[in-house]
Amino acid sequence: MAQFFQQVVSGIASGGIYGLLALALVLIHRATGVVNFAQGEMAMFATYIAWTLTTNHGVSYWPAFAITLLASFAGGFGIHQAVIRPVERGSQIRVVIVTIGLLLMLNGLATWIWTGEVRAVQSPFPGGTFEIGGVAIAYADVGTIAVCFAAVIVMWAFFQFTKVGLALRAAAVNPNEARLVGVRVPLMLGLGWGLAAVLGAIAGMLTAPSVFLDPNMMQSVLIYAFAAAVLGGIDSPIGAVVGGLILGVGLNLIGTYVDFIGSDLRLPAALLVILIVLLVRPAGLFGKPEVKKV
Amino acid sequence: MSALLELNDVEARYGPVLALRGVSLAVPEGAVVAVLGANGAGKTTTLRSVSGTVKRSGEILLDGKPVRGGPEASAKAGIAHVPEGRGTFTELSVVENLRLGAYTRRTRSLKADIEQMAKYFPWISERGEQRAGTLSGGEQQMLALARALMGRPRLLMLDEPSLGLAPLIVKEIFRIVRELNEKQGLTVLVVEQDARIALNAASTAYVLEVGKVAVSGSSAELRNDEAIRRSYLGY
Repeated sequence: MAQFFQQVVSGIASGGIYGLLALALVLIHRATGVVNFAQGEMAMFATYIAWTLTTNHGVSYWPAFAITLLASFAGGFGIHQAVIRPVERGSQIRVVIVTIGLLLMLNGLATWIWTGEVRAVQSPFPGGTFEIGGVAIAYADVGTIAVCFAAVIVMWAFFQFTKVGLALRAAAVNPNEARLVGVRVPLMLGLGWGLAAVLGAIAGMLTAPSVFLDPNMMQSVLIYAFAAAVLGGIDSPIGAVVGGLILGVGLNLIGTYVDFIGSDLRLPAALLVILIVLLVRPAGLFGKPEVKKV
Repeated sequence: MSALLELNDVEARYGPVLALRGVSLAVPEGAVVAVLGANGAGKTTTLRSVSGTVKRSGEILLDGKPVRGGPEASAKAGIAHVPEGRGTFTELSVVENLRLGAYTRRTRSLKADIEQMAKYFPWISERGEQRAGTLSGGEQQMLALARALMGRPRLLMLDEPSLGLAPLIVKEIFRIVRELNEKQGLTVLVVEQDARIALNAASTAYVLEVGKVAVSGSSAELRNDEAIRRSYLGY
């Protein structure tokens, strides 16, 4: 039983990370109408920035974390203005292809700047575990969960209670109407990309200590995030977070208790989740089924 | 009375199609002016040229200053455009729609303003959290109107407020528009297919025909001229 709870807690931690990246995907899907294939590489790139700051410039962890978030925001905003905005009005496939191009470009750029060498990244949380009722819980897991939930709550409050957050939602759901009330839509969509980059950066920095940092670090995490977003409903922010948690805990438990899956088949299992959801309930758990008006 | 809004020889096109062929009109400060005409005459395009949602040329003046740029600029200049087919954010709540209406204003009185709207439309106070898409057609039109008023506009432009609504609700909407005009001096430019309703509310009217002003005059003149009524207004 102790093992079960341990797996649940560490599943919530990794699920929180999937949820954050899934939330980034949902944000961009709502703003621009496409899945951003470069989301993982943007997160990887941000993680390298944090690593460089701490390792080469002697910045301590949390200030580096904050600087990285700011840089990511600027980066996400800049990417939208520079390469997404020009193709945004065309067909969605053009935007998708641009995001795939971004994926390759960021990956290549990171390899060029930082080499493909695998780096160890320090964790901001103390190592070791503490015990509650016989269950050993890692400090790192608790820290990860706390950061994820803080990020989600801050995002939620921003969208719910601030004027800019409301304008961003308005720009995403009905751009023409938003312009009529005076909202500068392209600016808002750029803001959405910036915030998505910030969420991704948090996910990347939380992932790095456990998987080591290299240019391909986020690729499998992005697949889990896809699965989480699809499971929750690609347009549902709550769905992304819940989907991430279900996936994190579920995969952990299956990996532990279903012998033949183990850790090797985790990724195929995530793809299976995507496939099943798309077949059975394409709108996801929290999404509204799309009604095509004829 | 000086003109709050002035259009001089305005042309507008959708791709190769010329929708306005030199429209000139004036909306005096504090007046209700109607733009009438058949389908495709350019009524909606006239409003869209003012709010900047269509490419246009010619001169558009608000308070003597040229109106340029897209709808964001028009909104900022104090032009509230309630487009045809309601134009609410259906996925957002009633209160959120109202908050967005005040987007261009720096205001600390948002709550008071929303309460003010609830005085005109009492159902708003009970259903602030409801999604706009779940409202009835009439309520959505009222919400669109209330949202426009939240911006405290200099000029309110209404596009076919009667479209698809029951006569009683249309009456109520026009009653409120008239009240705002009389009590607060709100200037209104209204586009209507239903000439009879519009002429009742407006002091002046312009009748468009294939992108040009065919006739204009005071509402009384237009109403009483049998020939104009028959050939342009269809009643």
